[in-house]
Amino acid sequence: MVVHVQREDFDLGQALESLTRDNHGIGGLASFVGLVRDLHPGHDASAVRSMTLEHYPGMTERQLEAIEAEARARWPLDATLIIHRYGRLEPGDRIVLVACASAHRDAAFAACQFLMDWLKTKAPFWKLEETESGQHWVAAKDSDDHAAERWNSGQSP
Amino acid sequence: MKLLYFAWLRTKIGLAEETVALPAGISTVADLIGWLQTRGPGYAEALANLSVVKVAVNQEYVLFDHPLRAGDEVALFPPVTGG
Repeated sequence: MVVHVQREDFDLGQALESLTRDNHGIGGLASFVGLVRDLHPGHDASAVRSMTLEHYPGMTERQLEAIEAEARARWPLDATLIIHRYGRLEPGDRIVLVACASAHRDAAFAACQFLMDWLKTKAPFWKLEETESGQHWVAAKDSDDHAAERWNSGQSP
Repeated sequence: MKLLYFAWLRTKIGLAEETVALPAGISTVADLIGWLQTRGPGYAEALANLSVVKVAVNQEYVLFDHPLRAGDEVALFPPVTGG
């Protein structure tokens, strides 16, 4: 049940191993890693040189902890981890790690997807992309809102 | 009252945060935004399209009809794009 908001990179292996090391009741660990892509998905297909993540210190941690608590209320989780970076990142850099451990895989997979879907619509982060044509703020996507809403309507994503 | 601005609201307004004494008659987030829109062209531009402005009071999301109290921390920002 750990949330880290940090500028520095993280060691993926170490982060995941530390989640399950002391609990042999855990049968499955699901994780998602978000990376900076080099292709700008919008109108101009120019390459992304960097992405700078801004966030709202204090509220970010509160929102991530609330999302994590919601996941724990919905699934029998033994351990969860969210690491989200901010600051200037380059293509290929890790942005976020979400990991969920449970006795069985179903809860681990579902909770992992839930955490990412809710994180994308609730955690106060904003991305400034730098491409060859200049800097622009990444716009929020309706598809992310829809992905998060599915968890409220009782539909399975 | 402490006001915080993020992402393009910050760059359009030209400030990351400020402390303001609210004029009389401002009791909700909508009132506050209406007042801010009159404070200069940067504010007016940043707050021209309220469908892309989100509000948090004391670090919790609220709607525009949320009541304000002295000492609140109010943040205005675009829809979030983390992950």
